[in-house]
Amino acid sequence: MLIHHELTTHVLADIKFDPGAFVDQFWQNTVDGLSQGSIYALVALGYTLVYGVLKLINFAHSEVFIYGAYATWFTFYGLGFRPGSTPDLPVFELIGFLLLALVVSMLVSGGTAVVLERVAYRPLRKRGAPRLAFLITAIGASFVLQQILFLTRGGNAERSIRLMKPEAQFTIFGAEITNVTLIIIIASVVLMVFADVFVNRTKFGRGIRAVAQDPDTATLMGVNKERIIILTFLIGGLLAGAAAFFYMIKNPQGASYQGGFILGIKAFTAAVLGGIGNLRGALLGGILLGLVENYGQAFFGGNWRDVVAFVLLVLILMFRPTGILGESLGKARV
Amino acid sequence: MQKARLSRVIVLAAVGAVALGACSARNESDSGGDTPPQSQAAAPAQASNAANPAGDGKAQCAPTSIAYAGTINGNNAALGQNILYGVDLAVTQHNKANPGCQVKLEKFETEGTPDKAPGIVTQIANTNSIIGVVGLPFSGESKAAGNIFNDKGLVQLTPSATNPTLSQNGWKTFFRGLGNDNTQGPAAAQFITQELKADKVCVVRDDSEYGTGLADAITKALGEKATCQQTVKTKQIDFAAVVNDIKSKSPQAIFYSGYYQEAAPLAQQLSDAGVDAKFVGPDGVKDDEFVKGAGDAAAKAYFTCPCVPADQFTDFSTAYKAASGKDPGTYSPEGYDLATILLKGIDAGKKDRASLLDFVKTYDGQGLTKHFKWDDKGELAKTTVWTYKVEGGKIVRNTEIK
Repeated sequence: MLIHHELTTHVLADIKFDPGAFVDQFWQNTVDGLSQGSIYALVALGYTLVYGVLKLINFAHSEVFIYGAYATWFTFYGLGFRPGSTPDLPVFELIGFLLLALVVSMLVSGGTAVVLERVAYRPLRKRGAPRLAFLITAIGASFVLQQILFLTRGGNAERSIRLMKPEAQFTIFGAEITNVTLIIIIASVVLMVFADVFVNRTKFGRGIRAVAQDPDTATLMGVNKERIIILTFLIGGLLAGAAAFFYMIKNPQGASYQGGFILGIKAFTAAVLGGIGNLRGALLGGILLGLVENYGQAFFGGNWRDVVAFVLLVLILMFRPTGILGESLGKARV
Repeated sequence: MQKARLSRVIVLAAVGAVALGACSARNESDSGGDTPPQSQAAAPAQASNAANPAGDGKAQCAPTSIAYAGTINGNNAALGQNILYGVDLAVTQHNKANPGCQVKLEKFETEGTPDKAPGIVTQIANTNSIIGVVGLPFSGESKAAGNIFNDKGLVQLTPSATNPTLSQNGWKTFFRGLGNDNTQGPAAAQFITQELKADKVCVVRDDSEYGTGLADAITKALGEKATCQQTVKTKQIDFAAVVNDIKSKSPQAIFYSGYYQEAAPLAQQLSDAGVDAKFVGPDGVKDDEFVKGAGDAAAKAYFTCPCVPADQFTDFSTAYKAASGKDPGTYSPEGYDLATILLKGIDAGKKDRASLLDFVKTYDGQGLTKHFKWDDKGELAKTTVWTYKVEGGKIVRNTEIK
């Protein structure tokens, strides 16, 4: 009790209201929030797609993400780079290495997601298990994947390896835009557009929407449901892998066995914020969350980051229980 | 069909991994080296009368156990391992020299967190064969579990928990083998303002017991020169908003009150953002892991620590390196000293918790690092604070703050 009491007084003493800092750093925080938000958004897509198709919150998606982060690290390591100072690489070599790491992360995360579906969820589906069983399995699978990392790589984060230093390229309203930020934002937007077009414009996407809307009718119409489910996990995994790569060039210390947990929760929050099951909702939710977190920190102080994020969630769900854009992958109007 | 596709993905990933593994290493890390040569204080010599765990080799005792409790593979694991290897060395030397008195060292992993420690400590306290403990390296876990030691009358020697309030709980079993943060805080303030000549200092604290306590102590000592305050969270690795705030306050020095796990990425991100203020961290940051994690940014870092440089303790360092394969780290000699005190007690015929506790309470003797004699609160009379810096990618001693 004593501890709790002292904790509260500490916390209250720590809160600060600093509108000055908020205004001064507004643009810089906007830029940083956009890059962090893009990462949330890409991970959130995985939650939202799987939910749309299976009505399952895939809690192991945070581990799908962190396997991608490890893949990036191992790619850098395998290329011969070691923790310590940042090397000075020729531009083309750098781009080649980064692209390779991106592709490897996407494949590893995509592979993890597909294996996860195969090992953890498909046997349950075949036996017609109730929805709660899936949820518990998801949490269990998340622990298993975490502990595999813990047993093989230990409890500490991998030491940071990075191939490029963030260097300011230009400024907008006094906010410095670094090369890392540029890569993250541009590449994320490309991937988001790709995902959106894939789901809304292609034959496979139509299959995903059909299964989301009415699995039985979709099967009758000749859609292979199992195949669509694998595809959904694969796409979610690929996007999480890309997000993991961006995360690692932004935070090279990111590869730790529990490192996916908070980020996964945040991405899940982003998906709910935008309306779970809604593709564009997840994108909007992710970016909004990234921005609000940064503004909140400038206003209230660094330790209020998570509080601000979750207060936002509570507020939005209070007024729009289905999220900002509503639940819609399962609706005909997607 | 699906099976084929799946296996293709796996094969592809495997091929990629093999291809990557085949490439050879390059760019061996070599951070910094651009620190200008500064006047470096001489490291203290090994006292000739320092207690030696080997003793006279004639000790007789029934088999008994002491324990190390703290992080081993959990948070900030390197800080715990430094201590554990020191303790382990003392026990090994003792057992080798005294065939008639074999003491077992039991190791307990608390992961360094206040929520895990009480359960582990209860387990230790209920193991009757354990009569003394070196441990709980961190302040948060010490605060959460100290009363359990006290209730069971099990003597607890901490080699590194520095939060000042720990000794004010009325625990009869708590003994601190180093100075607390009421010494380190003002000493760090003095170092930053006088030696580094900074007038605008940003104090960044984490949310741990240790970080908040030390930040309060240094902020008080800095007075008006503490021009900005920031807070981060344990396990945070992205500090964009914090960095933006610090940058806008343009301090000349930054004191990070917390552990290396968060300090390393913070230092790197500050440096990337072009903040060239001097980065000063306390004992929780002073570890090679910080230097490796912070990359180029580490070259500009300084540390304060109530730990004594082990440079001159050559017998100890050689034996430590032979046993663990590493050079002694922060608090390795302290762990060694404290384990030695427990072993001396056992050699003197103390075979239960009560008599060993009495032995420690009245102990008065020289160790490697300092003279050990505790007051009734479990604090040492005379302690020292040293500063360290990074040179050629390694942490080396700088000066003693007096």
